[in-house]
Amino acid sequence: MTHPHATLPPVIVPDATGHFGAYGGRFVPEALVAAIDDLTEAFHATQADPQFRAELAGLLRDYTGRPSPLTDVHRFSEVAGARVLLKREDLNHTGSHKINNVLGQALLTKRIGKKRVIAETGAGQHGVATATAAALMDLECTVYMGEEDTRRQALNVARMRLLGAEVVPVTTGSRTLKDAINEAMRDWVTNVESTNYVFGTVAGPHPFPLMVREYQRVIGDEAREQILERVGRLPDVVAACVGGGSNAIGIFTAFVPDSQVRLVGLEAGGDGIDTGRHASSITGGVPGVLHGARSYLLQDENGQTIESHSISAGLDYPGVGPEHSYLNDIGRAEYRPITDAEAMDAFALLSRTEGIIPAIESAHALAGALKLGKEIGPEGIILVNLSGRGDKDVETASKYFGIAP
Amino acid sequence: MTALGDTLAKAKADGRAALIGYLPVGYPSVQVSIDGMLAMVAGGCDIIEIGVPYSDPVMDGPTIQAAAEPAVQAGVGIADALRAVTAVSEAGAAAVIMSYWNPIDRYGVARFAADLAAAGGSGVITPDLIPDEAGDWLAAADEHGLDRVFLVAPSSTDARIVSTAAASRGFVYAAAVMGVTGARESVSSAARELVARFRALAPEMPVCVGLGVSTGAQAGEIAAFADGVIVGSAFVRRLLDSPDAAGVAAAGDLARELAAGIRS
Repeated sequence: MTHPHATLPPVIVPDATGHFGAYGGRFVPEALVAAIDDLTEAFHATQADPQFRAELAGLLRDYTGRPSPLTDVHRFSEVAGARVLLKREDLNHTGSHKINNVLGQALLTKRIGKKRVIAETGAGQHGVATATAAALMDLECTVYMGEEDTRRQALNVARMRLLGAEVVPVTTGSRTLKDAINEAMRDWVTNVESTNYVFGTVAGPHPFPLMVREYQRVIGDEAREQILERVGRLPDVVAACVGGGSNAIGIFTAFVPDSQVRLVGLEAGGDGIDTGRHASSITGGVPGVLHGARSYLLQDENGQTIESHSISAGLDYPGVGPEHSYLNDIGRAEYRPITDAEAMDAFALLSRTEGIIPAIESAHALAGALKLGKEIGPEGIILVNLSGRGDKDVETASKYFGIAP
Repeated sequence: MTALGDTLAKAKADGRAALIGYLPVGYPSVQVSIDGMLAMVAGGCDIIEIGVPYSDPVMDGPTIQAAAEPAVQAGVGIADALRAVTAVSEAGAAAVIMSYWNPIDRYGVARFAADLAAAGGSGVITPDLIPDEAGDWLAAADEHGLDRVFLVAPSSTDARIVSTAAASRGFVYAAAVMGVTGARESVSSAARELVARFRALAPEMPVCVGLGVSTGAQAGEIAAFADGVIVGSAFVRRLLDSPDAAGVAAAGDLARELAAGIRS
């Protein structure tokens, strides 16, 4: 029998049951197992199906606008102290990398014959992307969003509703992303026969970490080719922000076999790791089980999830994808916290030096580049994943900088 | 055999289904929740499912969430659940823990199994741990002679019913409907079909039915085809409505109604 992953490229692969070393797996209610078994099988079948892949590639090109450009940021690089290049996922349709994954999962939903999708969202980027794909592919769409986040990201709530999605404010627990995932899981357990869960990041039960990685790896596949063509060599560092970690896995995957390339994930340090008010699961958490997988997470001595804190709604999550936990433990990737203040400094710097307003999430990666640049020096090259644009963050940033009219 | 196994065997010998009642420990306080469990034993529950409150209960509906959340905030954990285990087993009922996996994982699986056995507990129901991921728990349960209760659902394939029954000991928990916990007006036909399918595939293993059962009449309906009837949210509702001695008494009254229902 052929190994189920035989059709996938030879990068770090979870085993057949979705384990990345000690991490990952499927910690789910039995009621969902049949559906995720079917989903896993359909995913592998479509990965091996040239027609499906051609259809997805066509959408990524003609609808999303891929390949996204690689931009040399000269003035920003001067401050960083090394040459910084940005992978411009902010220029995708809907404004972030989230669309890459969602188009794949929405096509897969059509393939398995389901008519309704549900999704969780924090900042609203994944919710907007899912609502967009649902509109395009004529799927019914319900998005769960913490009530707290619906206030922080009112613009994205309006966008989702304009796109025809139902947005359900979640009023349980901390009323943020983790509770939106809980509520989406409850919907899925109840409606699994008609409904597919379009998960937004490389966390959750198998096959989501694998599936989302494979739909997001286009970022790194393109960037690796682009940087070789532009610069003639591989970068010294690839940097990306990490909440659940989908944009980071997306850009890391192509470089994992290039052992000379450092992979650096920047977690949300909030007020600082020492304050306890942060969202740095790897730097400041311990392994445990949350939302269907084993991974690093923020938890107390009773095993209760601790609320995370970040100025960035998209990174405000107390867990992280299992592959990141694995890459950390085997030493292939390193993870560092970036505080709110450091991220906002980088946010302002990129806006003023390059005319690019980044998402606050992506600003964490930029802040990482500013530190890493000084470490590797002017001959060094840093590839940063600019995972999203900052339009949705204008209000937060205006308040932060005291420039609201 | 554990107290749980004995209890199920004895109910079967008496020609009736067992009554299994659930309460989370720690709502409105650890002591009042234990009082509630003891009132349920006195009212006729054969087995008490002691819930460990958890911050992210994806299988629970609004009623159980409403009781678990303040208990989580108050710092209630495994140690409190073990206290309840001892109280329930001393009162003469079988005590099982119902917990999402992370609190047990954090406590340490081996340490947990040892402490549960020492407290007089029979085993654990694990709503988000499937046998596929349960290697450590299977070993620890074997070492300490504990029962391990996994779930099956209407969506479970025949192959998974067989493998889940093989990994279980004590009984298998059949989810009566697709969905989360909470009272429902009628017992779905899915429960009857699932139990029939289960019995054909795993005739030796007791199967108890839960999710949505709240009245004596519903309990009686299920008792006609299952080895046990599991009631949760309806008990929790009594304490939410009256988080004091009156709620404790109401939980006892409900146990009496349900116990009469399964004997009718």
